Amino acid sequence: MLSNKDKIFTNLYGQESFGLKMAYARGDWDNTKALMSKGADWIIDEVKNSQLRGRGGAGFPTGLKWSFMPRDPEKNNYLIVNADESEPGTCKDRDMIRNDPQKLIEGCLLGSFAMQAHKCYIYIRGEYYNESVVLEKAIAEAYEAGLIGKNACNSGWDLDVYVHRGAGAYICGEETALLESLEGKKGQPRMKPPFPANKGLYGSPTTVNNVETIAVIPTILRRGASWFSSFGREKNTGTKVFCISGHVNNPCNVEEEMSIPLKDLIEKHAGGVIGGWDNLKAIIPGGSSVPMLPKHICDDVLMDFDSLSAVKSGLGTAAVIVMDQSTDLVKAIARIAYFYKHESCGQCTPCREGTGWMWRILEKIAVGNSSSAEIDKLLDVTKQIEGHTICALGDAAAWPIQGLFRHFRDEIEERLKKGSFAA
Amino acid sequence: MSFAFNEKSNELANNALAKYPNDRKQSAVMPFLDIAQRQNDNWLSQDCIEYVANQLEMPFIKVWEVVTFYTMYNTQPVGKNFVQVCTTTPCWLRGSEHVVRACKEIISENPKNVSADNLFSWMEVECLGACVNAPMIQINDDFYEDLNYETTKNILLSLIDGKPLQVGSQIGRQGSKGVSDAK
Amino acid sequence: MKKIKIDNAEIEVEDHLTIMQACEEAGKEIPRFCYHDKLSVAGNCRMCLVEVEGAPKPVASCAMPVNEGMSIRTNTEKVKKAREGVMEFLLINHPLDCPVCDQAGECDLQDQTVAYGSGRSRFDENKRSVKEKHMGPLIKTYMTRCIHCTRCIRFADEVAGVNQIGALNRGENMEISTYLEKTIDSELSANVIDLCPVGALTSKPYQFEARPWELKKTETIDVMDAVGSNIRVDTYGWKVKRVLPRLNEDINEEWISDKTRYACDGLLTQRLDEPYIKKDNKLSVVDWTNALSETTKYLMEYSPDEIAFLSGDLCDLETLYLYKKLSVALNISNVECRQEGCNIPFTHRSQYSFNTKIADIEKSDCILIIGSNVRQEAPIINARIRKHKLATNLPIGVIGANLDLTYEYKHLSEDLNALLSLLDGSNDFVEKLLNAKNPMMIVGNSILNRKDSLTIFSIIEELIFKFNFLHNDWNGFNVLQIAAARTGALDLGLYKQNGSLEKIYRAVEDNQIKLIIALGADEINFDRVKGAKVIYIGTHGDKGANCADVILPSAAYTEKDGIYINTEGRLQYAFKASFPPGNAKEDWKIINEIGNRLGLNWNIVDLANIRSMLKKDFANLFNFDSSSYIQYERLLANKASNLNLCTSNIDYLIKDFYLTNVIARSSKTMAECSQARNELSE
Ligand SMILES: Cc1cc2nc3c(=O)[nH]c(=O)nc-3n(C[C@H](O)[C@H](O)[C@H](O)COP(=O)(O)O)c2cc1C
Ligand code: SF4
Ligand code: FES
Repeated sequence: MLSNKDKIFTNLYGQESFGLKMAYARGDWDNTKALMSKGADWIIDEVKNSQLRGRGGAGFPTGLKWSFMPRDPEKNNYLIVNADESEPGTCKDRDMIRNDPQKLIEGCLLGSFAMQAHKCYIYIRGEYYNESVVLEKAIAEAYEAGLIGKNACNSGWDLDVYVHRGAGAYICGEETALLESLEGKKGQPRMKPPFPANKGLYGSPTTVNNVETIAVIPTILRRGASWFSSFGREKNTGTKVFCISGHVNNPCNVEEEMSIPLKDLIEKHAGGVIGGWDNLKAIIPGGSSVPMLPKHICDDVLMDFDSLSAVKSGLGTAAVIVMDQSTDLVKAIARIAYFYKHESCGQCTPCREGTGWMWRILEKIAVGNSSSAEIDKLLDVTKQIEGHTICALGDAAAWPIQGLFRHFRDEIEERLKKGSFAA
Repeated sequence: MSFAFNEKSNELANNALAKYPNDRKQSAVMPFLDIAQRQNDNWLSQDCIEYVANQLEMPFIKVWEVVTFYTMYNTQPVGKNFVQVCTTTPCWLRGSEHVVRACKEIISENPKNVSADNLFSWMEVECLGACVNAPMIQINDDFYEDLNYETTKNILLSLIDGKPLQVGSQIGRQGSKGVSDAK
Repeated sequence: MKKIKIDNAEIEVEDHLTIMQACEEAGKEIPRFCYHDKLSVAGNCRMCLVEVEGAPKPVASCAMPVNEGMSIRTNTEKVKKAREGVMEFLLINHPLDCPVCDQAGECDLQDQTVAYGSGRSRFDENKRSVKEKHMGPLIKTYMTRCIHCTRCIRFADEVAGVNQIGALNRGENMEISTYLEKTIDSELSANVIDLCPVGALTSKPYQFEARPWELKKTETIDVMDAVGSNIRVDTYGWKVKRVLPRLNEDINEEWISDKTRYACDGLLTQRLDEPYIKKDNKLSVVDWTNALSETTKYLMEYSPDEIAFLSGDLCDLETLYLYKKLSVALNISNVECRQEGCNIPFTHRSQYSFNTKIADIEKSDCILIIGSNVRQEAPIINARIRKHKLATNLPIGVIGANLDLTYEYKHLSEDLNALLSLLDGSNDFVEKLLNAKNPMMIVGNSILNRKDSLTIFSIIEELIFKFNFLHNDWNGFNVLQIAAARTGALDLGLYKQNGSLEKIYRAVEDNQIKLIIALGADEINFDRVKGAKVIYIGTHGDKGANCADVILPSAAYTEKDGIYINTEGRLQYAFKASFPPGNAKEDWKIINEIGNRLGLNWNIVDLANIRSMLKKDFANLFNFDSSSYIQYERLLANKASNLNLCTSNIDYLIKDFYLTNVIARSSKTMAECSQARNELSE
C-alpha cells in the first residue's frame, strides 16, 4: 500500500482547507523559483525521466509531448488544463480542484514555463460549478501572493491563469473539441494534422494536459524523477488516483501506486466487492470507454497502461467500475451506449449514425428481442465505426460493446435462447 | 428587445471578457450565455440569445448553434429547483432508478414538466462526474450524493418545506473518501 | 515536389497537395461527399478514407497532406469496407425516396451507393425524420435526406459571407437550419442547392418540374449583370426550366447569382409575341409587314436630327452592331446605350472596363471601391473580392455608403470629397495605397451620371497615375459595368461623344427629338420621352411597350445565338436554348429587315454574315487576352481646374437587386425574393 508520505494529493478528501495557507503547509509553492531557475529544458528532461504518462486517458508520455512545443518567443504558446472530466466513472480531477487546487496552479506555472507559455486556461466542466468557484478563489489567492501573474514567484516569468467553464458536453474533453469550445464554438473535434502543438488555441502552439498530469508536476520536480519512477513498473510509473465505483462496499477515490493489482486495489481501499470477490462478474477498469474484463482476468491483472492493454482493455482514466453477479451486463453496456449516442458531436458520419444504431440494437438484446445474427451485425457496426472517425469518441463507443461480447457472448446467446431476457 | 444584462451580470460579463484576447470576444460566448441564463430564471429566451450575440458581435445562428449543442443551456423554462438525476452506468449500478422514482413521485411523472408552483422540474442526465458517490443528483449548482430513495425524497420535501439542506454526501462521508475509512 | 506511391505506382506531386488531390492526379477517383474544392475542408463524411502504409487507421484523404515517400492505397479490402460502412451509415436514416426526389438522376448519394455501397441494408430500426425548414422562396428543404456534410454552412460562411446557416443540436439530432428559419439574405444563396450532394436542399421554383434526363441542356452566357457568368440552360420543349452554373475559373468559378438562376420564369410571362401599332391611342396587333412599314415610315418622316437611337442592357452584340450601322447609314448622331445617364466622353475601352479582370482580383494587394455596391451590382465579383480578402486580409477602402459588402473594409467616407483627401495625402488610406504593389480601384456607374461626374473622373485619373494602379504588368483601374450589353455597346460606339441620355431627354422636351427607337431600352425614364414617338423593340410588356407607338417583339437571351462582352471586355458566345414566343423575332432580323426596307443592301442572310462583318470592322473585340492587361489611355489631358464636388450622397443605381431588368421584373420568383428581403429588413 502506498504510504502516506509518498502520496502527492494529501488533501484529496478535503480534510483540510484548500486555502493557500494550508497549501503552503502541505508543501506547495515551496521555492518554486528554484525549480524554474534550473531552466525549461531541465524541467522537460525531468518529466521525461519520471516516465509520467498523461492521466487524461490516452497515456501519452508527458515529457515527450511537451518537447513538441516550439520555443519561439514570437508565438503565443498556450497550456490548457483539461478539467472537463466527463468520462463515466471518473471523478478524480474534481477532488484535486476542490481540495488541492494550488498543486494544479503551481503545475500550471511550471508547465507553462517549460513550454514557454504565458497564458494558461483551465477548462472545467460546467457542472462543476462549486469546484470552479474554489478554483477561481485559489487562483485569486495565488495572484495575490505573487505566485502567478507578472514575474510569477519572482522567477521573471509572467503567467496568467484563467478558468473557462464548459456547459455540458463530454466531447469537450477531447482536446481539439476543447479548443473549439474555448474559441466560442460548438465543441466539434478538429482534424489532425495540424496538431495543437503547431496550431492550437487561436492558431497558436498549444498543449492540452489533464488536471492530474499537471498537478503532479511540482511534486515530481521537487522529489525527483527517480522518486516518481520508483513506483509502478517501467513505463508505467508513479502514483495514480483511482476512482472505484459500482458494486463495492466502499466506493472511493484513492491515490495508489501505479501497477497495483486490481484485486488489491478493490479489497484494500474499496472494502471489496459486494458479496465478496467471488460475487464479481466483471470490471470496467478505466472509465466507460474501455472494454470490460471478466472476473478471471480481474483476479490478477495489474492496474497500469501496458498490463491492461495486454488484456485488450486499458487504464483510461483509471475509473474502476465494478459489477457484481447481479448485474445485467447488457443493460449496463446499453446504458453506456446511450451515453455515447447522447454525447456524439454529430460531425462525422460513422459516429453520428453509428452510436444510435448500436444503442438501439443493444436495447433490443436487453429485452430479449434479438438473435446471434443481430449480435454479429452489432459487432460489424462497431468495426465500421472504430478507426473511421475524426476523434476517438467513435472508438470509445465501439470498444465497450466489443468487450462485452468478447467475454460474455456465449452467456448472452444462451440467455436469448432461454428467453430469460424478457423484460 | 427586452433582455439586457443587469449591473451584476455586467460585472460578471466584463470579468469574463477580460479572460480572452481582445480580438477573440467570441470566446466569451459560453460565460455570457451562463450569465444570461442565471439572470433569466435559469433558461435562455430568444431575447437572451440575441442580446449575447449582439454583445459579442456574433451572428445569431452561431450563438444558437452553441446554445443547442451544450446541454446546460435551457431553451425552455425550468423549475426554481432544477433537479438533474444522473442515470449513467455507475449511478445506475447503485440504484439511480430509485432516485428517479422519488422524483417522479414528488415532482412529476414526466421529466421536464415544470410543477404548477414553479418550484421544480427534473430530468435524467448523463454522468455528472461524482461516480464514487453514486447515485447522485444536481439541484441548480449543488451536488447531492450517496443517495437512495429515502434521502432523495427527504431532500425534495425539504425544498418544499424550505428547510435547510446538507449539500454533498447524504451519508455524512467526507468527499470521496471511503466510508469505512471515514469512520 | 514530393515523391509518393499510389497503389504501388510512383508519382511526383506538388508539395501542398492533399492525398485526395494527388490521387486525382494519378487518375484514381476518390469518392467524397463533404469535400468541395471551393470550400474549406471539413473531413466529416469519412467517405474518402484511404490506407496509408504505416498509419494505424485509414486516413481521410481530403484533409491529409502528402508526405515524401508516402505509400497510399486506394483499392484495398479495408478501403472498400470503410466506404461500404460509411455508405451504410449514410443510408440508415435516409428516406430512400428517390422516386419523389428532385435530386434523383443527379444525386451523389444515389450514384455512390451504386458504385461503393454493399447493396444491402441491415437497418431495421425506425428511421429518423426531420422537420422541413423554411429557408426562403428559393430553397426547398427535405431535411430528412440531409447527410450533414455541412457544405451549405461552409458556402454561406465562406463564399456568400452571410453567417446564416448552422447545424443545430448534436449527435444524431443534428439539424441544418437558418436562425429561426429565416430566409437566407444573400444574392448567392441558391448555390447551396447545387452544393447539396443529396436532395435535402432543392430548388423551390423548380420543384417537381422535370427530371434531369428529360431536359435539353444548352451551354450559354448569362445577361442579368455584366459579369457574363457561364451558365447552362435546361429546357423542356420550348420552356426554360432552369438555369445552372457552368464552371469557369476566370469568371464565376462555379457560382451564379440567384437572379441569374431564377429570373428565368420571367421569360414565360408578360411576353410580347405579336407586333403592335398604336392607333387612336390604342395598341392593336398587326402583322410584321405592317409593323415594319410603320417603322420605316416614321424613320423617313423625321430628319436624322429628330431621331434618337437608344439601346438597352440585354442586347446581343450582333444586333447592336447592325443598329449602329443603321444609325450611321441614316446619319443619326443621337445614339445612346447608357440608360442610367453616364456622361463621360469615353475615348478608349480602358476607361470603362474592368481592366484588372475578375480572376486577377486575387493578385491585388489593396482595393479601393468608389461608388459601387459591388454586392448588388456583381455578386460574383463581390464573392471574388471576399475570397481574396479572406485569404490575404488585404486592405479594402470604400468611398460611398457604408454598405454590407460581406467583408470587412475601411469606410473612408460617404462623400466623394474623400477622393481629394486621397489626392492630397491627408487620408490614412494613402499609406495602404503607397504600400501596395498591385492596387486596384473599382469605380461604380452610380457616380458617372452626375453633374460633377467629369470632375470625379478627372480626380480619379489623377489618383490612378499618382499611385501604383498602372504599371508594366498591371492595370488596376476598373469601372464595374452593370449591364450585359454595355461594354460591347460602348465598344461599338453606341453613344455620342459629349452626349448623354439627359441631353436626349432635354432635346425631346425641347421638341428637337421627335422619334425614339428603343431597342431593348427598358430602363430609361419613359415619362421624359412622352413628347416623341416611340418605336419599341423588346421582349416584355414592360414600361417601354406601354408608351410605344410601334412594338416589334424580339427574342430574349435564351432564345437566340449571340455575342456578349462582359465588364472585363471578354467576348463570349451565347447559344439558343429555346424559341421566341409567337411571332417574336430574333433581334438582328428585325434591324436587318428595317435596313432592307430602307434599301441599305447589307446582304445579310444569317448571323454568320454579321459576325464576319463585325470581325472585319471591330477585330479588336475578338482579341481579348486573359493573360495580359490592356494599356490605360488617358481621357483627360489635364486635371479639371475646378475640383468642387457636390456633397450629396451617392444615388446607387440598383434599388432592388431582384428587379433590375424586364425579365427579372416579370419573374414571380424574383418578386418573391424581393418581398422576402423587404420583410427581413423590416
Ligand atoms: C471523447 C473524449 C473525451 C475526453 N475527455 C477527457 C477529459 O474529460 N479529460 C481529460 O483530461 N482528457 C480527456 N480526453 C483526452 C484528451 O483528448 C487528451 O488526450 C488529454 O487531455 C491529454 O492530456 P494528458 O496528456 O495529460 O493525458 C478525452 C478524449 C476523448 C476522445
Ligand atoms: S470528409 Fe469525408 S468525404 Fe469528405 S472529403 Fe473528407 S473524407 Fe471525404
Ligand atoms: S455515473 Fe453518475 S455521476 Fe457518474
